[in-house]
Amino acid sequence: MTATMRPPASACPACAAAPAAEALAAQSAPAEAHIVLSLPTIHCAACMASVERALNDVPGIRSARVNLTLKRVSIEAAPDLTAADVIPVVERAGYEAHELDNSALSATATDKAGRDLLMRLAVAGFAAMNVMLLSVAVWSGAEGPTRDLFHWISAAIVLPAVAFSGMPFFRNAWTALSARRLNMDVPISLAILLAVGTSLWETSLSGEHAYFDAAITLTFFLLTGRYLDHRTRSVARSAAEELAALEVPRAWRVTAGGDEQVSVSDLLVGDLIRVRPGGRMPVDGEITQGTSELDRSLLTGETLPVFAEPGHTVSAGEVNLTGPLVVRASAVGRDTSLHRMADLVAVAESGRSRYTSLADRAAKLYAPGVHILSALAFLGWLAVTGDLRVALNIAAAVLIITCPCALGLAVPAVTTAASGRLFKRGLLIKDSTALERLAQVDTVVFDKTGTLTAGTPELTNLGDFTQRDLEIALALAEGSSHPLSQSLSAAARDAGIKPANIVNVTEIPGHGTQGTWHGEKVRLGRASWVGGGHAIQTAAWLRVGDGPAQGFLFTDRLRAGAGETVSALKQAGLKIVLISGDTPLAVEALANRLGITQWVAEALPQDKSARIEQLTQSGAHVLMVGDGLNDTAALTAAHASISPASALDAARVASDIVLLGGTLAPIPDAISTARKATRRIRENFTVATWYNVIAVPLAVAGLCSPLIAALAMSASSITVSLNALRLR
Amino acid sequence: MNILTYLIPISLILGGLGLAFFVFTLRSNQYDDPEGDAQRILSGEYDDHPKQD
Repeated sequence: MTATMRPPASACPACAAAPAAEALAAQSAPAEAHIVLSLPTIHCAACMASVERALNDVPGIRSARVNLTLKRVSIEAAPDLTAADVIPVVERAGYEAHELDNSALSATATDKAGRDLLMRLAVAGFAAMNVMLLSVAVWSGAEGPTRDLFHWISAAIVLPAVAFSGMPFFRNAWTALSARRLNMDVPISLAILLAVGTSLWETSLSGEHAYFDAAITLTFFLLTGRYLDHRTRSVARSAAEELAALEVPRAWRVTAGGDEQVSVSDLLVGDLIRVRPGGRMPVDGEITQGTSELDRSLLTGETLPVFAEPGHTVSAGEVNLTGPLVVRASAVGRDTSLHRMADLVAVAESGRSRYTSLADRAAKLYAPGVHILSALAFLGWLAVTGDLRVALNIAAAVLIITCPCALGLAVPAVTTAASGRLFKRGLLIKDSTALERLAQVDTVVFDKTGTLTAGTPELTNLGDFTQRDLEIALALAEGSSHPLSQSLSAAARDAGIKPANIVNVTEIPGHGTQGTWHGEKVRLGRASWVGGGHAIQTAAWLRVGDGPAQGFLFTDRLRAGAGETVSALKQAGLKIVLISGDTPLAVEALANRLGITQWVAEALPQDKSARIEQLTQSGAHVLMVGDGLNDTAALTAAHASISPASALDAARVASDIVLLGGTLAPIPDAISTARKATRRIRENFTVATWYNVIAVPLAVAGLCSPLIAALAMSASSITVSLNALRLR
Repeated sequence: MNILTYLIPISLILGGLGLAFFVFTLRSNQYDDPEGDAQRILSGEYDDHPKQD
């Protein structure tokens, strides 16, 4: 045993010592902290330089590098440094910064598949350029041994290049064939292989025509389409992952030795978890300590905060508003009601694959047609001339010329252009068929809370109060971080009110704030605690001494761009429906404010999706816009769906498109861009079809020389790409 | 025609060099942040003292 443990003998002692020293260093030095921050506002060279300079001046930071494409900065730092130490530095430099969860990001840290495709694309491009040079010499009249030499050199370049670059197509075609299906990659692979095969045969017989250049340019164009497709999706995927990574999942576990911060994935059933005001419930459970109010709007659509005290049950995803709570976990991780809903969505999502994209429908018609055509050409020529070599040559020419260069580029080129354009306006296309489905939409269903409204309250009856009452209310409101209090104090400050001089301001979690003003007790809080009446709206009550309680009434603030979006959609001739889980009064008020005639209130999650099914059955194509857990079923049931970035993870997963900014304004634009994109895709298919109508008879007639094949192929691909660029 | 014995290998070698350099740039993560690299050349930060990694 000891003999094998000795370091290997080496000529130089230093070499032998080096690895051991390295291993030693790795053991003793603790791992470096790797922090990733999202910087949504950076956009220029000066921004990058100032962020990097500010970070590099912090002691302990080894290096900081901004990635402007992803709008992130990655920091290598001493192990004791955390994101909380670094964020203020960036904010002082003048930029917004959010911590990103490193483990959620690792998947896109290096884009392996994209790199692989890019490498194959480069090899195909290199080979195509060189082979084309040789082919031009042949076309311009090289004869005899020179032509053979050029063909042999082409073969030497093309064979390894095609073997390497064509791999993605061959692999896909093989999986399709072994599952007894046909897809677009089958005719592609067959055409490439047949072209290379017959060319080799022809060359060995010192024949005139060799299609080496066609085989390799075909691979090059098709790889371009594949790479564009991949780029579009990887941008969407990395942005979606970033949204998920923004919520760093941590919780405070109560232990005998005090609170400790742990990752949510480490929580167990029965653990006691402390949830601070403003925090989101990480688990399902029962409250054991503390009173507070809970905001359930993301789950149920209710805008009024719900009172919470020991014994009440809570669900993951609810937001704790006023007082600290201790919760005993009854379900954690994948068992929480939040995750069970998300899993239901995943099941529902598999049902959506019933939509076949335009490209797939084209491929279904195309693949068998091409094979039959080329087989017929082969048999026909074999029967007429009796020459196997000629017949095979013509069959190969038919396959090459019909091969879907243009079809392979038609969809990816357009979707890349369209998603790039929408991404710049703050829309993230997650699903590959989302644009096509969005283009068919004729009815838009909106959720209320969190979608049309921002979910923050706005004071409506400031004018009903006397100066004295407002001063008292302001002083009390400033002692609390409850959303109603914050809205109240903001409104009062804006109206130029100064806070009254109140002593002993204390917040009673779950109830409100109280204090003493000129010897009188003053209170601001919920109706039951202050002694107020019933209000139909969201309200906070103020009572001065023994006087009557007065209600501050609040309404939900409209989300930016909501009004414009609704009217623009109406103008475009779309039907608009509002479905909410909130009370009829609140929903009606909002519907009137926005001019929506069809609305449904107090809808349960099932009601929402049932209503959408009903609309779908009556022939409508529904676009659902929603953000809550109660919307997820509806989002999957709809033909297309959009959710804002502020939505719960489950809702964002369920929707096809995510709105990155705070405003709804890009929605009408998204629909019109989607319609334009679908039109371009159809145009591209038409171009590809016309090119086939002209070229195929030439090929079947045996007139298609390698020169014509190369020209036709390049011309159709370039036309299709240029047509896609018109979208920008 | 003897010129071809020089020209063909030369064109292949030059093309191959280009491919090799592309592989090098791909391996060294030079396509991770195209937008940032385009902006970075505008900054005079490291003009006189190139950054040592």
